[in-house]
Amino acid sequence: MRKTFNNRAWLLVAPVMIVVLFSALLPMMTVVNYSVQDAMAENHFFWNGDAWFRDLLNPATEIGSRFAGALERNLIFSLVVLLIEVPLGIALSLALPRRGWAVGPSLVLIALPMLIPWNVVGTMWQIFARADIGLFGAALTGLGLHYNDTQDPVSAWFTILLIDVWHWTPLVILLSYAGLRAIPDAFYQAARIDAASRWSVFLNIELPKLQRVLVLAILLRFMQSFMIYTEPFVVTGGGPGNATTFLSIDLVKIALGQVDLGSAAAMSLVYYLITIALCWVFFTAMSQLDLLKEA
Amino acid sequence: MARIDLVDLAHSYGGAHAPAESFALKPVTMTWRQGGAYALLGPSGCGKTTLLNLISGIITPTRGKIAFDGTDVTPLSTQKRNIAQVFQFPVIYDTMTVGQNLAFPLKNRGVPKAEIDKRVAQIAQLLDLTPDVNRKATRLTADAKQKISLGRGLVRSDVAAVLFDEPLTVIDPELKWQLRSKLKALHRELDLTMIYVTHDQTEALTFADTVVVMHDGRVVQSGTPAELFEKPAHTFVGYFIGSPGMNIVSAEVDGREARIDGHVIGLHRNYGVLPKGAKVEIGVRPEFVDIAAPASGLLSATIERIDDLGRIRFARVRVGDAKFAARVPPGFSVPGDTAGLIFDPAHVHVYADSILVEGKA
Repeated sequence: MRKTFNNRAWLLVAPVMIVVLFSALLPMMTVVNYSVQDAMAENHFFWNGDAWFRDLLNPATEIGSRFAGALERNLIFSLVVLLIEVPLGIALSLALPRRGWAVGPSLVLIALPMLIPWNVVGTMWQIFARADIGLFGAALTGLGLHYNDTQDPVSAWFTILLIDVWHWTPLVILLSYAGLRAIPDAFYQAARIDAASRWSVFLNIELPKLQRVLVLAILLRFMQSFMIYTEPFVVTGGGPGNATTFLSIDLVKIALGQVDLGSAAAMSLVYYLITIALCWVFFTAMSQLDLLKEA
Repeated sequence: MARIDLVDLAHSYGGAHAPAESFALKPVTMTWRQGGAYALLGPSGCGKTTLLNLISGIITPTRGKIAFDGTDVTPLSTQKRNIAQVFQFPVIYDTMTVGQNLAFPLKNRGVPKAEIDKRVAQIAQLLDLTPDVNRKATRLTADAKQKISLGRGLVRSDVAAVLFDEPLTVIDPELKWQLRSKLKALHRELDLTMIYVTHDQTEALTFADTVVVMHDGRVVQSGTPAELFEKPAHTFVGYFIGSPGMNIVSAEVDGREARIDGHVIGLHRNYGVLPKGAKVEIGVRPEFVDIAAPASGLLSATIERIDDLGRIRFARVRVGDAKFAARVPPGFSVPGDTAGLIFDPAHVHVYADSILVEGKA
């Protein structure tokens, strides 16, 4: 086949490239720039080598221990989010109606939380969780449970997790539902002929067929939960203490609160690399799994 | 292994109150004998898959009853009916090896392990799957996957019947022949009742000892391939089976005579007077109409073309508005554009409103 070369394509791509350059690449390079320099008063910058990075990655330093602590919280948070949302999403997608009038309304209802902006979600839950006037907080307190999301670390974690599960399980449900709908009826009919149990149908038909959409769901949920910012920022402010201070929260504190630009830049780069690396690991592991099966 | 009786069985996807004409399966009463090899033949959308799914219990009939060996199974679920079914496209369990796939229906029914192993080995061997028994089923070709599906259908020895829903659609033509003869051999060997759905007459006629022809939700004829060929009960059977199909032309029939285009053809039987208002047609297979030199006693026809099929030649001719296919006798050379047609009266059938009329001798 002969390929046609037409350089006019660049013209069409150029606007996007320029936008990306200004919105992503330039700010990113500024961050790289900050991460290898230190500043004296009056914006006098000088070369600082890899000192910020060495401090950051050494848990013995103050910034290093903060970073290690926040990273640990992030990893635990993402892990718990995945452990809850993926099985819950699959279970709920299995329970959804497959045909009939109820399909449309249930999908819309399920998608609703995803349509609410982060900030609004945070504000909603901040009020909702208050022990004095919030329905949720007051109800738990009324039941005699010890619940206070601004003073008790367990309550704080529970609230943040609950928000994320409420906000983003719908994504897993919708992806998994789409995957389930793509399974031809013949598979279910054959399973009935073969007298397969419901559990066996799930393990041998549904789960293998869902694998591709689940890769997507896990990747998306990991990325988003690893970058969590708004919910703890609005609801708990990273507290009590630093119980819900995740990387992004700490980053903003260091960069904008302490105006410690070098440390913040180094931290955001490392944070960025960790996110990309973990996504790559997930993706490769899961697509390798696929290849292994088909080889 | 069982005799299957359908009693006034009908199904509508639109519910019980849908108009009778819209039923996917119009009421049918028939018996499938134990150990028979049946083909369910008809064009797409004629209701054959519906009938099959009713027998296996995948769908519940709107009306009527299904009995296995006299026991009513209509309310029973597919799992409890003890029936095997193979679908048009391969269904395999991705997580299992070929052997585990074959063993799955037996394992779910609590068959002892020794028995499972024996049966799986036997089926794998019959379907040439033995070398692949320990491979993951996902890694195989579509052909092999469909063989696994067939194998899962055949692996149970105690099933009431094995139903095949156009199982060879995805298979290469060459392998198709092999598998079809293999199925026939398996039928003899395993003594199972088999019902094979297809829209391909060759497939139906080579596989089955009884062919059930469906048209527009109705079973129009059930008989041996020879019966379908020689005495189609419905004009649809005449034209659907055979290549070329039966010649069907409108005619006036009175006693032992049929009149086409003013020309009289003698009939083998006496049809008396047919009901007024009925659409009367005669049907005759091209194999029983010979072409000859034009002569005064013969129905004259215009030749449009000659199809040479190798061992036999058919002339495509026109009589008035009606089209005919007729046999060109060996050694006969076509004289010109016109020819006479010689009918074999024993094979000329009369149809009133598309249904065969039995004359009196």
